[in-house]
Amino acid sequence: MTTVIENDSQKSGRLEVGTPLLEVKDLHVEFHTRDGVAKAVNGVNYSVAAGETLAVLGESGSGKSVTAQTIMGILDMPPGKVTQGEILYRGQDMLKMSNEERRKIRGRKIAMIFQDALSALNPVLSVGYQLGEMFRVHQGVSKAEAKAKAIELMDRVRIPAAKERVNDYPHQFSGGMRQRIMIAMALSLQPDLIIADEPTTALDVTVQAQVMDLLAELQAEYNMGLILITHDLGVVADVADKIAVMYAGRIVETAPVHELYANPAHPYTKGLLRSIPRLDQKGQELYAIKGLPPNLLKVPAGCAFNPRCDVATDLCRTEIPALHHVTDKDGKELTGRRSACHLWKETLHG
Amino acid sequence: MPDLTKTAEETPAQAPVAAAAKPEKARSLGSDAWHDLRRKPIFVISALLILLLIVIAVAPGLFTSVDPRAGDLREHFHTPPNYSHFFEGDWFGYDGQGRSIYARVIYGARASVVVGICVTVGTTILGGIFGMLAGYFGGWIDTIISRVTDIFFGIPLLLGSLVILNAFTSRTIWSVVFALITLGWTQMTRVMRGSVITVKQADFVTAAKALGAGTGRIMFKHILPNAIAPVIVVATISLGGYIALEATLSFLGIGLQDPTISWGIDINSAQKLIRTAPFALFFPAGMLSITVLAFIMLGDAVRDALDPKLR
Repeated sequence: MTTVIENDSQKSGRLEVGTPLLEVKDLHVEFHTRDGVAKAVNGVNYSVAAGETLAVLGESGSGKSVTAQTIMGILDMPPGKVTQGEILYRGQDMLKMSNEERRKIRGRKIAMIFQDALSALNPVLSVGYQLGEMFRVHQGVSKAEAKAKAIELMDRVRIPAAKERVNDYPHQFSGGMRQRIMIAMALSLQPDLIIADEPTTALDVTVQAQVMDLLAELQAEYNMGLILITHDLGVVADVADKIAVMYAGRIVETAPVHELYANPAHPYTKGLLRSIPRLDQKGQELYAIKGLPPNLLKVPAGCAFNPRCDVATDLCRTEIPALHHVTDKDGKELTGRRSACHLWKETLHG
Repeated sequence: MPDLTKTAEETPAQAPVAAAAKPEKARSLGSDAWHDLRRKPIFVISALLILLLIVIAVAPGLFTSVDPRAGDLREHFHTPPNYSHFFEGDWFGYDGQGRSIYARVIYGARASVVVGICVTVGTTILGGIFGMLAGYFGGWIDTIISRVTDIFFGIPLLLGSLVILNAFTSRTIWSVVFALITLGWTQMTRVMRGSVITVKQADFVTAAKALGAGTGRIMFKHILPNAIAPVIVVATISLGGYIALEATLSFLGIGLQDPTISWGIDINSAQKLIRTAPFALFFPAGMLSITVLAFIMLGDAVRDALDPKLR
């Protein structure tokens, strides 16, 4: 089965743009804790095609990272447990694969970039060793060859004086450079898909832009799929193609990025966009969504957002809204747009 | 993650300057520790002492030409030391059987050093393996290993060794080593397990997993080097303890037996005449104290160097 995958990617190089590379279908993940069952992910669906960037947006605890960890197979189980759903990589369900099969996909086909590069790099091994490790684990190349490839990669992510710095340890690099090294590690085997879990959160703003640009550039060059997990609306605006907004373990809205910014179809998204500081509102009080994200041990009945929602009705308090297609004013379906709100019409058009 | 150097180094134009201004070679934890240690008098003194002891243990013939087992009847009944003869047979005096105390102290080092090193290496390997398995896999593997550890931990080291050594009809260095390893691995297991559990939760372990590293590679390349420092510290400190324990067992007559030369045996035979011939007790006991102290000092210095939190 793995050979099929390998041949596939060797012959055609990459899949054509638009073919789903990864599809998450109706994923449910629970955590069994002492206080009860926390339903972290409740029926998430999304897909990423080659060359496409999906931004998964949400507050802490919305389930965005748990979904990513489940895709990577690095979720701690127990306490985590996948109760339902499929994760299809090129049509094959990864949740049904053996550990060995999944391990071959990790790093080689799907790679991950972590939030805090300092803690995600092993402090006792040199950066060159850790970069070279990718080649040694997956391709069995020699030590010298691995090192040469590590230098090449460091050049690729624009680390100055790569040759001199290849034997340096992670703590000797600056935050931005460490994150670039993480990107280099993820890219080393030219995977089809990269999952970046808040890749710029630990960086300061000027460096954030550099790192995002680099990531976007490399993604375009290798035609990779990218899942960008973030809570920062500013980061995604320039690089993402489409956005999935998550709340309490569900996707509440998906849309092409510019449409979402221009015209949100869910009160939560609307609230998020309103709470961005804007220059033309100088001097006014900054809007904030009232209340706190729900405790996953007792998610409110009905729509999980209803206690914080300005427009919630009785229906919202009893029935969980499905993620359905939305239409424009003339009743024409808007492609790629879905909203999980009973009142999407009012939100979108009102 | 506060990183104050970030902005200065970030601009590519400045970075080569920063790199060039730092000709110092990249340092790993190990070389960093070594760098610190070399400057510590306590480490230098204890390391030299230990080096000397090891040389004595390996080649006692370099230090004395006298046979430690040959009793000279002319010298019997505790002839006091003759300090004008350096490194001669009578330098430390003679014991009750007319044997050179100096030669016996020199030859006695071997048993102590061999027992100390072998027991430490043995317990570290055994405890390291069990601790790694328990810490890494957790679950029922951890439960079984931890409970067995608890059971062995409950057996007093001295009492347990008495029982085990009693089962041997003739006791050699190796039976003492065996007894001490059998009872001593528990501490190492606990230290290693705790250390592995801490390191296992680090992001870089998850990252290695996410990039496709296998269990073996994660355990040995990523967890072990980060988890080994406390184990090394405990091992170095306990080495002195094992040497003292061997002497204790030999003193009690349950450790090494007479043809083997051990400081413990000599201390035992000298104790009865402490009033008339205190030197017969003083020299082997003094050597034992110096040896144990040297290892404990070394352990302390190593701990300071490997554990930056204690600085």
